[in-house]
Formats: sequence, structure tokens, C-alpha cells
Amino acid sequence: MVAARGLTKRFGDFVAVDGIDFEVAPGESFGLLGPNGAGKSTTMRMVGAVSARSGGDLTVLGLDPDDHGPRIRAQLGVVPQEDNLDGELTARGNLVTYGRYFGIPRSVCAQRATELLEFAQLSERADAKVDELSGGMKRRLTIARALVNEPRLLMLDEPTTGLDPQARHILWDRLFRLKEQGTTLVVTTHFMDEAEQLCERLVVVDHGQIMAEGSPAELIRRYSSREVAELRFGTDRNEAAARVLAEVGDRLEILPDRVLVYASDGEAILEQVAARGLRPTTSLVRRSSLEDVFLRLTGRSLIE
Amino acid sequence: MSDVLAPGRSGGVSALYAGNARAVVARNLAATKTSNWTVVLSGFFEPVFYLFAMGVGLGTYVGDVTLPSGLHVEYAAYIAPGLLAVSAMNGAVYDSTWNVFFKMRFARLYEAMLATSLGPLDVAFGEISYALLRGAVYATGFLTVMQVMGLNLSWTAVLALPAVVLVAFGFASFGMAITSLMKTFQQMDWINIVLLPMFLLSATFFPISVYPAPLQWLIQAMPLWHAVELVRGLTTGDLPPSTWWHVVYFVAMIGIGLTVTTRRLRALFLA
Amino acid sequence: MSTTTLPDGAAPEAPVRRLGAWYVAEYRLRAMKAYGWTIVVGGLGSPLLYLLGLGMGLATFIDTPVASGPHGPVDYVVFVAPALLVTAAISVATEEFTYVIMEGFRWRKLFWGVNATPVEPSQLAGGIVIAVLVRMLFTTVAYAVLALAFGALGHPWTVLVLPFVGILGGLAFGLPLMAYSAGLTEDKGQFAIVQRFIFTPMFLFSGTFYPLSTLPGWLHWIGWVSPLWHATQLGRVISYGESEPGWLIAVHVVVLVGLIVGGWLAVRRRFTRRLRA
Repeated sequence: MVAARGLTKRFGDFVAVDGIDFEVAPGESFGLLGPNGAGKSTTMRMVGAVSARSGGDLTVLGLDPDDHGPRIRAQLGVVPQEDNLDGELTARGNLVTYGRYFGIPRSVCAQRATELLEFAQLSERADAKVDELSGGMKRRLTIARALVNEPRLLMLDEPTTGLDPQARHILWDRLFRLKEQGTTLVVTTHFMDEAEQLCERLVVVDHGQIMAEGSPAELIRRYSSREVAELRFGTDRNEAAARVLAEVGDRLEILPDRVLVYASDGEAILEQVAARGLRPTTSLVRRSSLEDVFLRLTGRSLIE
Repeated sequence: MSDVLAPGRSGGVSALYAGNARAVVARNLAATKTSNWTVVLSGFFEPVFYLFAMGVGLGTYVGDVTLPSGLHVEYAAYIAPGLLAVSAMNGAVYDSTWNVFFKMRFARLYEAMLATSLGPLDVAFGEISYALLRGAVYATGFLTVMQVMGLNLSWTAVLALPAVVLVAFGFASFGMAITSLMKTFQQMDWINIVLLPMFLLSATFFPISVYPAPLQWLIQAMPLWHAVELVRGLTTGDLPPSTWWHVVYFVAMIGIGLTVTTRRLRALFLA
Repeated sequence: MSTTTLPDGAAPEAPVRRLGAWYVAEYRLRAMKAYGWTIVVGGLGSPLLYLLGLGMGLATFIDTPVASGPHGPVDYVVFVAPALLVTAAISVATEEFTYVIMEGFRWRKLFWGVNATPVEPSQLAGGIVIAVLVRMLFTTVAYAVLALAFGALGHPWTVLVLPFVGILGGLAFGLPLMAYSAGLTEDKGQFAIVQRFIFTPMFLFSGTFYPLSTLPGWLHWIGWVSPLWHATQLGRVISYGESEPGWLIAVHVVVLVGLIVGGWLAVRRRFTRRLRA
């Protein structure tokens, strides 16, 4: 569906995307995971044929976006990071009008709008103006809008950023259904849980470069341990405590607010900590996540 | 598309235009339906207010005006075509500048449109077509008022309608080119600053013969003077052969405006 | 910066009680700097163009004298200058008392930020008015000086008085408008309607370009309710001694002052209600 090789984007002297390679297979759900400013959205814009690359090769649905922008975009569904719904139209009006941008006959647009409002659980708000909808509703409407042309490839840029937990779960559920129906998804996110929920395969991006690639489980296996003990000793005492813990576990990460100890058995770590006479103010043991993968790869946490 | 004739990296016009500008027009019509109708109607009333206040009220003090050909016309018949041209200019400029700027930078409407199979040229043509459509409706209304008041002095007044559309096209394509170069609202304020002198000096309210020659040349270089003269010639029937130069002026303005717009849109949206 | 720490550790609030409105005015004037050039160019350019275009250009085509003072007919430019000056002040008001208010309450919610400080709602409103007054004063002084240069003033000394007549007109229209804007929760094109159905007809039918009596009687009411007409007539009396009966001059003053006082009270109430609801 998508093949990028040495894909590069420069804005003046600034290199936003620095020669990345990746491929997306049909029916796959593929993720770009990285902090804000890593180059994810720029990559999405190039794949979406609305931004010309500065170098490298890119084909989307077998076509070069530099030459066939309209033809590629006709088969894409795009959910941008910030909703850009048409504030002057109703929910239904947004879907119908957007379909017309693809040259789809009005009657077909109308029928799909009804189906998509149903899918987005917005049938009752069909005639409400966009401004009257909640954040979660707007997001679902944006996703419904991206489906109006029955795209072969759906691209979602930070689909749930800014939503409350409940709204996020509704949205994930809708996206999961699309995945089951065989829609190819490309998702960017800086949320671990989202990447784990939605992506079968992902690349970790930082500073415009790909740091690692694999399924969420693979990445965790490769770059982290099974469990993590999170220990908080208080702002000024984490460093000192970490020195005492140097030998404990497989690996240590010292963050400003806590110390992370990676090991296959987290409970055993807590016992060793106590045995060394340290008494953290709080401690917890959890499964390793993609957050830990990112920390390992870049030395930074994803949300700063 | 042929594989043999692989286009260069610029992609040609096919990367900018999908031949679906009517979808953008349809969007604007749908938005108009839900908008405040009083505001929509106000575009018609503004020139009518001016016509009554200036043409009728001030006309009692001004008396007749002599056209360059020597024809005497009453003051209302003199300024009515001027007001028609001015309202065509104002409408086209507003639609292609403030309106486009807002949709581009704030409503982020074009971002959504350009994620579809539409290209920047579809958006530009669609916006201009809608502006012309609206301008034509207002102009028809105003010409009707002129007819009722007996201010259309010749059958050629019918041609004032296509003339107004031409004028609006010129201002809209030029306005869009300028908007594509603007970055802030403050820069947009300058557009109004350019419009005011054209409005006050361009023979809208009185012949430019009162001005010293250099000022007259300056005014004659401005688009509004050509618009006013063209429309006035048609509604009064005072049509010297030089009228064609006004048409040529606007055709050139359209050409330049669209060329710049296309280039800038490519730079803005496909960079 | 070093601040004196008060015994209880609180920031000093006493100066805000006295000067809050001035702090707001300072902030507003700084904000105006963003479009400062258009204020200056517009403030100087538009009187220049209007005086040149209407006063000099149009005047040559006027066959019948439009107005006269105690010493016979006056030039057309002398007649229109006070009206144009007041209109300029009112234009400033329509710009500053509409979108700026909507922006503060709704679009960028700046007023809510101010509201979280010791500044009172009435001080916020007052500060905005002070800043607009400064801008209006610049505009009207520029107008009066240019009018003097064009020989558009009946008596040269009136250059000192006319700016204040302009401000009177500007506030008489502006403060009620500000109260209206402060009550709006949504932009449905109301300001466009104010511009086109209130400002424009008022500008055109308030005896601006010819005496009100020229219009048919059924249109005279527009003049009577229009702050522009009342301020313009005052300006004409002052500039070239237009003959106006004493009671009518009193009416002009009463209407203008009444609109300003009533407008300000409404502004204060609306700001307080909205911000302290």
C-alpha cells in the first residue's frame, strides 16, 4: 500500500524526516510511534499527497504522490491531528459535502452519510451543527468523514489526543471494527496504550529517524524486560538511591521523579530494595510497555 | 495516465486540479443556506443605500453631469453604475481575501478539502465561481432597482451584467493571488487601505477631470476606474471604441491573478 | 524584578484597586501596536482622501450652496468636514467595540484571564474604553489638523474643540455598541449587520453630505436617533456658526451625554454580570 525508501523532508535547514524506510502491507494496521515533533505528522502529510518530499522514494497505492496527488487522495481517508470539520455545516452536511469533494454522486453520499452517522453513533445528532458536538463526537465525525469515499487506506494522526478515557475507548472500538473489516490503517500516536491497542506493527520514530521496528510485543521483548519496578524516593533522593541499586535488576533508568528497575520478576526487585535498607515513598510493579522501549531507545520519555 | 510520459517532479496541472470545482461551489451554497440571511441580503442593500443617499439626496445640489462624449445625465444615473462597479469590487475582494484567509488560516477548511481528491486549483476556481455567482445575483438586483428608477439609459445596460461579472472575476483572481501571499490579519488590513482611495477617487462620484493630470494618470492605472467607466458606458449607452481597453485590462488582470495564484497554491499546499 | 514581600506573603493589591483600569488600558494599547501602522495610515490617509475626494472633488460639481453660516454660504468642504470627523471617531468605535469584545469574551477568552486577577470587571471595561479614547483622540486630532490645512474649518481655533466633539459622537455610538457586544455569546454575523444596517445608513442619512431637511420627511427620524447627526450639528455650530436654535443645541448635548452615560452603565452591568456570573 505504502512504500517509502530514504524518505526525507527538509524545511530550510531543518530536517523533519531524515531518510526513513518503511512499508505498509494491505490489511495491516501500521503505527508511527514517537514524541511530538518526531516527524510523524510530516510523514503522514507526504503519504497523504499534500506535501512534496525533499528526497527519497515514495509510492502510495502504487503511485508517486508528486505526480498523482488527486488520484492517490481519492483512495485515502485522512483523519488529521486537529479536527478540521466544516463549522458552517451540520454533521450530516459535513459528510455529504465531503463526499462531493471526491466527485461521488449526491445520492450515494446521502446514503453513505446515513450509514456513517450510524457507525459513528451520531444518528441522533445528524442535524446538529458541528460546534454543538462534544470533542469525542467531533472526533468520531471526522473519522466517519474520512470513510465517506470508502478508502483503501485510512490514515489517523493522533486519533485520540485530547479525549477523555471513555471517549477514547469508544473510538478505539470503532477503529477496531474497521480493522476487522480489512481496512488498512496507518496511525501515529505518542500514546503507548493506543499503539498497543491499534497497531499490529509499528516503527518508533525520533528526530525524523526510525529507531526500531516490530510488533508491540516483539519490541518489548527485544528492548525491555518482562516487568518494571517503579520506585519514588523523593525529588532529590532518586540519584542517591539509584547508586545503591546499581547491581539490582537487568537495567536501571533514572528519571527526575522516579527510578525504574527492569527485571523479569518485579516483586523480587522490591524485596532486594528493602534488603538494601531503602524505603521508597511509593513503589509499584507493572508489565513493560512501549514507553519503556522508547526510553531505552532514546533515553527520553515520550510525553515530556 | 501513460507510464511512458512520466511527468516531471512538478507534476503539471493534474497535481493541482481534479476538475471538481463545483463541489466547492456546492459546499458554499450549502453553507449559505445555514448562514444568517440578513447578512446575505445586506450585500444587496449597501449600494442601494448609497444610491438613495448620494444619487437622490446629493443629486438635488449637483444637477446634471456631462460625460466625456458631451452627453448630459442626471447625477443619479451618473453614480449608479459607479456604485454597481464598486459593489462588484468590494464583494469580489472580500470573498477572495478575508473570506479565503479565514478559511485558510482559521477554519482550516482548505486543509480538509485538499486531503480529498480536490486540488488547490479546484478550491481556487470553486471559491472564485461562488463569488461571481453571488456578485451576479447582487448585480441583477441592483440593475433592477436602476431600471425601476429609470437610470438605465440604453439597451446596452443588459450587458452591464456580464461586465460586472468580468470585473468581479478580475478583482477576485487578483485578490486571491494577494491573499496567498499574506500571513497575518494585520497584513490583510492593508487591503482596505488600498481600496479606500480607489473608491473615493476613481470617478465613482464625479469625473476625474477635476484632478491635475498626473493624478488622473494614476487613477487611470487603477482597476476600479476601468470598471466604473466600462459599466457606466454600458448603462448610459455612451460607448466610445476605447471601451474595449477596459475589457482588455480586466482580461489581463484575470490572467496575472490566476497565474500567481496557481504558483502560490503549489508552494503553499504541495510544498 | 524584585518585589517587596508583604507580611502575609500576598501580592500588593492596593494599586490595582486604584489603577486597574490603567493597567488594562496599557495592555490594550500594546495590543493595538500589532495593527499600529494601519491605525496611523488609516488615521491620516482617510481624512486626506475624504477631504480631497468629497471636499475638493465633488464640491466643484455642486451647483447650489449646501449650507450657510452667519456670513453667507460656506464652502462644501467646510460643511462636510465636521461630519467626516465625527464619522471617523465612530468608525474607530465600531472597530474597537465589536470584534475586540467578542475576542476577549469568546474567541481568545482574554477577559477571563484578566478576570482571574484583582482587576474588577468595571475596571476591565474602563481600561478598554480608555485605550479606545486614546486611539479616537489620535484620529480626530489628525482629522482636525488636516481639515485646518484644507481650509475646511470655519474658524482656525476650532481645531482645538472639534476633536472632542468627535469623541463625544464616537462614545455616544460606541458605548451602547460595546454593551451590545458584551452581551453576545455567539457570532452569527451580528457585527456585519451592525456595520451594514446601522453604521452605513447612519453615515449616509444623518445629514452628512447635505442638510437633513433635504431628505423626505419620513427619513428624518434616522437623523434624530443618530449620534452622528447630533455630534455633527454641534461641530457645524462650532466650526462655522451654523444657525441652530438654542433648544436644539441643548438637545444635541443631552442626547450625546445621555447615550454615553446610559451606554457606560449598561457596559458595566454586562461586564460584571458576565464575568461574575
